[in-house]
Amino acid sequence: MSVDSSGVKSQVGLFVTCLVDLQRPSVGFAAIKLLELAGCDVDVPATQTCCGQPAFNNGDFDSAAALARQTIAALEDYDYVVAPSGSCAGTLKCHYPKLLADDPDWAARAATFADKVHELMSFLVDVRGLQPTALNAQFNANATYHDSCSSLREMGVKEQPRTLLQGVAGLEVVEMEDTEVCCGFGGTFCVKYPEISARIGSDKLSNAKATGADVLLGGDLGCLLNLSGRARREGTDLRVFHTAEVLAGMAERGIGEEIE
Amino acid sequence: MDVRSLEFKQRSVIALDEPNLQKALKQGKAGFQGNRARAIDLVPEWQQIRSDAKVMKDHTLENLDYYLLQYEAAVEANGGKVHWAPTAADANRIITELVTNAEAKLVVKGKSMVSEEVALNSALEAAGVQTVETDLGEYIIQLAGEPPSHIIAPAAHKTKEQVSDLFEKAHGGPRIEDRPGLVTQARHVLREKFMTADIGITGANLFIAESGQHVLVTNEGNGDLCSSVPKVQIVITSIDKIVPTLEDAAATIRLLARSGTGQHISNYTSLYGGPKAADELDGPEQYHVVLVDNGRSTMLGNAFRDMLRCIRCGACMNHCPVYGNVGGHAYGWVYPGPMGSVLTPNMVGLEQTMDLPNACTMNGRCAEVCPMSIPLPDLLREHRRLQFQRGLGGKVARGTLAAWAAVAKKPSIYQTLTRPAVKVMSYFGGKSGVYKTLPGLGSWTSQRDLPAPQGDTFMAQWRKQQKSKKS
Repeated sequence: MSVDSSGVKSQVGLFVTCLVDLQRPSVGFAAIKLLELAGCDVDVPATQTCCGQPAFNNGDFDSAAALARQTIAALEDYDYVVAPSGSCAGTLKCHYPKLLADDPDWAARAATFADKVHELMSFLVDVRGLQPTALNAQFNANATYHDSCSSLREMGVKEQPRTLLQGVAGLEVVEMEDTEVCCGFGGTFCVKYPEISARIGSDKLSNAKATGADVLLGGDLGCLLNLSGRARREGTDLRVFHTAEVLAGMAERGIGEEIE
Repeated sequence: MDVRSLEFKQRSVIALDEPNLQKALKQGKAGFQGNRARAIDLVPEWQQIRSDAKVMKDHTLENLDYYLLQYEAAVEANGGKVHWAPTAADANRIITELVTNAEAKLVVKGKSMVSEEVALNSALEAAGVQTVETDLGEYIIQLAGEPPSHIIAPAAHKTKEQVSDLFEKAHGGPRIEDRPGLVTQARHVLREKFMTADIGITGANLFIAESGQHVLVTNEGNGDLCSSVPKVQIVITSIDKIVPTLEDAAATIRLLARSGTGQHISNYTSLYGGPKAADELDGPEQYHVVLVDNGRSTMLGNAFRDMLRCIRCGACMNHCPVYGNVGGHAYGWVYPGPMGSVLTPNMVGLEQTMDLPNACTMNGRCAEVCPMSIPLPDLLREHRRLQFQRGLGGKVARGTLAAWAAVAKKPSIYQTLTRPAVKVMSYFGGKSGVYKTLPGLGSWTSQRDLPAPQGDTFMAQWRKQQKSKKS
């Protein structure tokens, strides 16, 4: 599984995502650990920044296209491009080809590139066949998993994280109601319409709490920052982690938690 | 109807704390979502019907001129008349003339969103004609003097108690508290209107090019009484509702009822085509169809053509987290929720509707449940692109975004600038690990704490790691 017939490991270019880079590098290192466990060589080219989604979703297609070209150039030479975020991976895979469709120099490159792009969990399970038994992680908690919208609807992520989480010792995963409903983050939506966003987030948190879980997991840092921030503000006692951190045995201080 | 979409922010915030509305929305959402899911589970070929319907509708739109003319000829062959209304004002003028010519005093109406779109009731009122809405929900909001808040459940924002209040005021006591009692009373009041009305006006869910018929879908049968009792029948609908054949209509109806109410078929699904024939005892003496364009032929030629596939089932709003929390009135015009936020800017102008395309988290659930596979988030984003292109919207937000994009396009500068900022934010986040307030990020911290960054950036840590590996 870990090497191809010629004995050469798959070369993975990690797209770290700007939120992981700035807010929570541990997610990036957890992703690398998991990718290496799945038999990949991982590199992180320095010429990456943000995928351009904020510009794209705010109608600035020229800036988004410029960032698309930059990201493609940084990562197109690897066998695979993997991101620990369904939302950013979705931008690379689903939206770059449309964004660059009328650019004669880039349309074909964007399409080829899109084929290489995977969200982390689906890459580990669907492409690399990583088994839960291969994990070496312990995390004593009752957790519930939030299906982030882009992971679910753009990247086909549903069972993969749940499957892998079965391999974490001490962890019990309980499903919450409306797990496929948005958390209210929505990129700049959350600062344009903070009250609506907060209400949607509170609904998600009460669904999570209703399962009896003490931990909320997810695969997109945007959602997780929103939910952990809202939980802290409400006084809801729920620890929040990225799934990769738990799978890699690197879940220590949850998002927005006090430093002990 | 006045466009109040620019008040979206204020009205949505008020809506979040309106207890009756919140109660009504929660009940409505649970019912709509559960019923739809259960109905669709029983149709294994659902995705196939869905993709066939898209192909059919795209073909129809591609050949819209041909099918519309085929339809007109068929209606005339049936003894009816088609009236073309390029604008809302044209539609109102045509119908007012028809009503005046018939010397009508009382008009009964079935629910029609197109008539709401063109504001037909106020045009008829101005002409001195009494108009009574006969769909129960529409009747309720007519009594309340409010616009609909949902395209298939116009009174979705009202609780049973509020309806009891309205009925007590309009019909006199004693106050009725139970649902069947309220329905019986409305039925009794409306029955007399049906029998005395001069004209019946309804919408049409679909109309069929090959036969010149229109399809009317209701659950209360009120549309059928409007269509068959008065002497003059007027149908107001829009050019995008056309399908080529009866089979196409049947396939669309399979999608419509399940997506909307979760029924396999509505209680009444009726086909009408022309006035009563010489040897028929019942039916109207005149049959008029008013086909409204009102911006649709423009959409046919621009990036919003996909929206013309919409069959007005309401599934998008029933599954929208924003609509589900603020209700339909906050959107400020006739069509709320995702479909409304795509349509309204096309009909009343982007300047009047700045918030609508933005008040969406891009979660994609609306497109997932849309029976006609309309890429609603993509169309909303297209409105955002047009807003950006025309320089509409807040200058501060634009400036911030432009500055960020300029830096993000230069990775080395980006990394040089972000690293100290992240370190400072991590440091001052202190032991609590979060910020309660932060200058410039008030829109975030008004509702949530902001988790402080862990420490150094990933890129800096990675670089260090790689260096130490090499040395």
